[in-house]
Amino acid sequence: MKFLQSFGTLFEALLTQLGLYASTLGQVVKLIFTAPRYPRFILNQAEEVGVQSLPVVLLTALFTGMVLALQSYIVFHRFAAESMIAVVVSLSMVRELGPVLVGLMVAGRIGASFAAELGTMRVSEQIDALWTLSTNPMRYLIMPRVIAATLMLPLLVVVSDFIGIYGGYAISVFMLDQNPAVYLEKSTEFMELKDFYSGLVKAAFFGMLIGVIGCTEGFNCKGGAAGVGKATTRAVVISCMSILIFDYFLTAWMFG
Amino acid sequence: MNIEQPRIKIRGLSKRFEDKVILDEVDLDIMPGKSMTVIGMSGTGKSVLIKCILGLLKPDSGEILVDGEDWLALNQQEQLKRMRRVGMLFQGAALFDSLPVWENVAFALLRHGENKNTARERASEVLAWVGLPSIEDLMPSELSGGMAKRVGLARTICHKPDIVFLDEPTTGLDPIMSDVINRLIVRLHKGSGTTIISITHDMKSAAMISDHIAMLCHGRIHRQITPDQLDSDQDPVLRQFIEGRAEGPVNCSAWGKDIEEAVKR
Repeated sequence: MKFLQSFGTLFEALLTQLGLYASTLGQVVKLIFTAPRYPRFILNQAEEVGVQSLPVVLLTALFTGMVLALQSYIVFHRFAAESMIAVVVSLSMVRELGPVLVGLMVAGRIGASFAAELGTMRVSEQIDALWTLSTNPMRYLIMPRVIAATLMLPLLVVVSDFIGIYGGYAISVFMLDQNPAVYLEKSTEFMELKDFYSGLVKAAFFGMLIGVIGCTEGFNCKGGAAGVGKATTRAVVISCMSILIFDYFLTAWMFG
Repeated sequence: MNIEQPRIKIRGLSKRFEDKVILDEVDLDIMPGKSMTVIGMSGTGKSVLIKCILGLLKPDSGEILVDGEDWLALNQQEQLKRMRRVGMLFQGAALFDSLPVWENVAFALLRHGENKNTARERASEVLAWVGLPSIEDLMPSELSGGMAKRVGLARTICHKPDIVFLDEPTTGLDPIMSDVINRLIVRLHKGSGTTIISITHDMKSAAMISDHIAMLCHGRIHRQITPDQLDSDQDPVLRQFIEGRAEGPVNCSAWGKDIEEAVKR
């Protein structure tokens, strides 16, 4: 009986949280179609999400491409199929690793930042103050962040794809003595346009998830400094889990 | 406008959080151009009352009429429009950390499309009025508690609201700074005829800034008096609160018993 009760409570909490995310997303979508849209704030947030995340994303992509090339070599070498390293690296980066790793990195950096910033504003009554100054907090704080995250993730993924493929190229050519021309040719030989844009669609979706989850957690934060800490942790954990779960469903939808 | 019509008329306002009743059928009238202070012990729902009027909390039942218009029946967009008439000073000032002082003060003007130079000029004017000239470009983190409160007051009145809410305007300030804030509130009230609703524990402040004082106890308006009656009114609950005694009629509540036991220990 106790187990059922706990399960029920957990299920109720989960549904409440999903409802909050859906409500935030619904309101943001509704607000996009009416003025004011605060383009300056969207640009500021885009700089924060995109430009500021570049070092983390570049480093992650570079080493992922490098390790992928190294691991693939160990297997392909057994079958004398080393030329296939380029195919594995490029397709893995573009279809899967680029969007997922960028999503996870940005979730850690930006999801936490959104939740902490909005959470602090909530507990110090700054969000209430916005309302009393006849400013819709959802429009002023959340809409620009969600738009910026949704738009900037695909751009980061494009950069990450190129850097990841270059990482694989560097290891294959400079360390494993592969032919550079063959590597470049194989990198694109099996790649279709769909592989590329499916990664971008995933990235945009992950950006939207990070924005909505981070902002919702911060916006609805309660309980002072401890509450802000909890909201920040939840934002990162839930964003990362959501990225991995939705990655499966998006892949199944686009390639299934 | 009919001067006899209350600016804010509250009827049967109730709010509970889970099982705890915070406001229980509250009735209150605030007349135009008057300063009403709501006093009461911590946790009696003073802030909840103000937040319900401002639309920050949704009451469970009741009516809030402002100049005869039911604010609870308005949609979100209409509520936001009505906020242009309102100014609110928060207990911790609630200044926006990322904006310099002048942008904090002129926030409402800038959001409503006021020219940047005009908004800055108005901000400087109001900052000078609260006794803080030449701090326009400081950031909120560079201000002391008293300065932040005065900047908060400047932001509250910069867009010339006709209803001002003050949430514990002197809490956490030294006696001299409290007196400065009280004098500014009196100046605002007398000078512009603004309707003011304050909540406070500070009886000196209540006596100084109010035309009427309402005591909130156990979720209801327990008593309404004028500042002149503060010393003479013999209501035991009011006396206990004014004199700051742990023992008295409010001890019958669970909260009072906890305190009584704590005092005994």
